[in-house]
Amino acid sequence: MSGTSHPVIRSSVLLGIIALLGTALLAGVNELTYERIIEQEKRRVLQQLNEIVPVASYNNDLLEDVIEIEDEVSFRHPAPVKVYRARMDGQPVAVMMIVTAPDGYNGDIRLLAGIDGAGEILGVRVISHRETPGLGDPIEAEKSDWIHGFKQKSLHDPEPGGWAVKRDGGQFDQFTGATISPRAVVRAVHNTLLYFEANRELLFDTPAIAVPTQMAKQNGQ
Amino acid sequence: MANSNLKQILADGAWRQNTGLVVLLGLCPLLAVTNTVINGLALGLATMLTLMVSNLSVSVMRGLLKPEIRIPAFVLIIASVVTVIELLMHAFFYDLFRVLGIFIPLIVTNCAIIGRAESFASRNSPLPSLMDGFATGLGFCITLVLLGALRELTGRGTLFAGADMLLGDWGQYLTLTIIPEHPGFLLAMLPPGAFLGLALLIAARNAWEARKAKTPPQAVTTLVPDTHEA
Repeated sequence: MSGTSHPVIRSSVLLGIIALLGTALLAGVNELTYERIIEQEKRRVLQQLNEIVPVASYNNDLLEDVIEIEDEVSFRHPAPVKVYRARMDGQPVAVMMIVTAPDGYNGDIRLLAGIDGAGEILGVRVISHRETPGLGDPIEAEKSDWIHGFKQKSLHDPEPGGWAVKRDGGQFDQFTGATISPRAVVRAVHNTLLYFEANRELLFDTPAIAVPTQMAKQNGQ
Repeated sequence: MANSNLKQILADGAWRQNTGLVVLLGLCPLLAVTNTVINGLALGLATMLTLMVSNLSVSVMRGLLKPEIRIPAFVLIIASVVTVIELLMHAFFYDLFRVLGIFIPLIVTNCAIIGRAESFASRNSPLPSLMDGFATGLGFCITLVLLGALRELTGRGTLFAGADMLLGDWGQYLTLTIIPEHPGFLLAMLPPGAFLGLALLIAARNAWEARKAKTPPQAVTTLVPDTHEA
């Protein structure tokens, strides 16, 4: 190569400059939006949690009081289960657990399940899933009331045998044309209750860890 | 193609060379996100903005861009613009960002954008290029909105569902329930419905053009796009 006037060098320099300008632009915009994006993520998570545990019932910082549990046997899924703890003046109020049902029709269904100190379900929400639209997606709170049927249920109500969809002899409705999705959700919620029952102290007493605020990758539903 | 008449450019981009209905570029996002009007509108606006900024930047730099580096330069410019839009949406239209998800970054791969950069912006001055970006984006956006309306109406019986994601809280009053107690028409919501809907729109456009061109019959041939660079 002979000097900067060589066309290849000139082109490379030009491309380099464009890349540099692009990078500078991105860095600038990232700097401007970074805080706000984190805030939005937090707001979103808190909003989901507060749908289940009323704001008035706790006074700790939910998003900071978090632990993660890895227990592939109990939860039938290798993903760590994130647990948010709600407390009132230090007294345990509820846990919100993000569990994964491994046996949806199209793979994992991620759920947020809230359980109060007495082992009663405060509420369940689907965070993400890939079930068939129109058939399996009534598990979403936006699509039907089905998911609200878990409210105030516990290990004793219904009795252990009742923790299944009706087709399997249990208490929970399935959908027309879709048994697998509700079955997967019922099973995952039941498992979560069992885990809570057996590990209540661990759930509330394990010191909080620092975890990123992002709750879950959202599906495009 | 190089027509400096802005009105001509607008008509070309929005109708005669409509990206979705005539040139058939960028079909992946077009088919994927159009299950509601609002989703279509949001992606359409994001694409339009990308087209305008990328066309303008390419046009400004067109004297510098040697043929052998123009494609990587286009890619750099377009990728930067799209990422900026993605960050801004993430920060300011978070709910919409969640719905559109992967399709925002995928605007980069919409060949309509690099196509306009290559076939128009790299040969024209900034103002016509900006106009071309606007017109092409408008054409794409209109297609997305129409397809979204068609699918939302037949699939769920509503229009403008989720407008609050784009416009803030008052947007939820915009949601029109056209067919109450709609049982849901699954086909329209699933990908096959997108293909069928697009086919119907293309057919409707062709029928319109054919009717308009009834007097001189050979004018129907103008339906076939004469530029197909990308």
